[in-house]
Amino acid sequence: MGATITEKILAAHSGQQTVRPGQFVMAELDLMLGNDVTAPIAIEEFRKIGAKKLAGGARLVLVADHGTPNKDIKTAEQCRVMREFSREQGVQHFYDVGRAGIEHALLPEEGLVAPGECIIGADSHTCTYGAVGAFATGTGSTDLAVAMATGQCWLRVPESIKVVYRGERKPWVGGKDLILYTIGRISVSGALYQALEFCGEAIEALPMADRLTMCNMAIEAGAKNGIIAPDATTASFMDSVTSRDYRPMASDADAEYARTIEIDCSEIELQVALPALPEKARPVGEVGEVTIQQAVIGSCTNGRIEDMRAAAEILRGRKVHPEVRLIVIPATPRVQLEMVREGLAETFLEAGGVLSTPTCGPCLGYHMGVLAKGERAVATTNRNFVGRMGHQESEVYLAGPPVAAASAVLGRIGSPEELP
Amino acid sequence: MSALRGRAHRYGDNVDTDGIIPARYLNTSEVAELAAHCMEDLDAEFVRKVQPGDIVVGGENFGCGSSREHAPLAMGGAGVSCVIAKSFARIFFRNSINVGLPALVCPEAAGEIEDGDEVAVELRSGRIENVTQGRSYQAEPFPEFLQQIIAAGGLVAYTRERIAKR
Repeated sequence: MGATITEKILAAHSGQQTVRPGQFVMAELDLMLGNDVTAPIAIEEFRKIGAKKLAGGARLVLVADHGTPNKDIKTAEQCRVMREFSREQGVQHFYDVGRAGIEHALLPEEGLVAPGECIIGADSHTCTYGAVGAFATGTGSTDLAVAMATGQCWLRVPESIKVVYRGERKPWVGGKDLILYTIGRISVSGALYQALEFCGEAIEALPMADRLTMCNMAIEAGAKNGIIAPDATTASFMDSVTSRDYRPMASDADAEYARTIEIDCSEIELQVALPALPEKARPVGEVGEVTIQQAVIGSCTNGRIEDMRAAAEILRGRKVHPEVRLIVIPATPRVQLEMVREGLAETFLEAGGVLSTPTCGPCLGYHMGVLAKGERAVATTNRNFVGRMGHQESEVYLAGPPVAAASAVLGRIGSPEELP
Repeated sequence: MSALRGRAHRYGDNVDTDGIIPARYLNTSEVAELAAHCMEDLDAEFVRKVQPGDIVVGGENFGCGSSREHAPLAMGGAGVSCVIAKSFARIFFRNSINVGLPALVCPEAAGEIEDGDEVAVELRSGRIENVTQGRSYQAEPFPEFLQQIIAAGGLVAYTRERIAKR
């Protein structure tokens, strides 16, 4: 019997010929990640383990992205813990303000994640890297501490769900719409403990930025990882970011799946997930009259240059609605620089938006756009739980960049088609 | 492992980690400070109601969302002795095992325990007793691998033993 790509990667990293779903393995990691929220606890636990040196220091990535530039004194102290630890241990991949971007946009851009690799991160959206054909999953801080001390992490081999996407996407419909639609179909616990393997002709036609968005939100269906088999798009993306070697893997034709879901992309409209769960996805036309006070374009889900281009195309020559605050957050310094070079920064500013430095910021209601009681936002982020972006009586509507940009102009949730 | 006993605090499906500990408090990892805001956006009265030993009962997908270990830390700090749910989100489940907050999967118990019921849990056997209703349940056993981590006293202690054996 054949194996899935997830099973093959986990077997290769635990010294086994084959592994089966349900089996526990001790996997040797290619990369491990922490940020300013999760790394301070990991560093404390690393010391409790009694470890003195990092196991494979080059494999640790630390990114100051959640509350940076430091939003308050406590955040500043958390970043200092990371900075001092990085100096002490000689952590080569410590990204501080100026070099730091939102981790899950930054690492692929830096060429730090590659096909066939096994990666954990103390951040739930670590599953993003499945887009390049890696096994990547989110863990807590103690798991990161153990990985830092041993280079390994225990993992239960997940069953895989195959999601086959066929047909052509409608205009403006992107990876965000595909994944919101999928979560709407299977629910926020529809892939609990399982791997979501995205495939089919529509995935083969999907650019890398959209693939990253889709795998990013696999966790929102409860999945352990999202993954897409490497192909020509992957190879060309990898060539643009690194020259190092990697081992691409793919599922066998006779691999076993817990279930297979077929999705016809030609029927998928632009999606919006209503508060307060990502599974409450609807076509934008069915949302009704929902006025908004804030629009956020950014995050590890949709803060890449491709997202900025899509939003800017809609905002060019238009003005943000007078009662809406548009906050645009490029995910990395490179995205920000590219925005300036391409004139997108000018487009957003002329439209009446503001440009932030790269940060996770408002996505988790941390800073740079926290909502007041009763306020509503449309956001290209990944979660719309109660109180996610601020006050517990505020609301978040999730969408892709085209809907977020159009809504910023309309003052209510709507599609680019509705713009004059 | 001894028996745990306390009043049940019952919540629904998909309790997320933003509900357990809102992100605005993630700029600290001090357990007492996290505990003071436990469940704040989900149940503002929780911190006032909870007594040491109390048990949180959830529905499906308990602890979904972010990977913040601050969530089980806040619950443990607030006095919660264990969580019983129909199912757990996987990162919350890992974190709970790792930091020593027992997380028991038992759909029947999670479905029938009412808010305020007195509940006793025997961790070794996984036996859950609803003292108020006079009913008892059997939680799903932990896989053998996880039992080793629990027996060692958490992932840090387990890892120290592994390193010492090398």
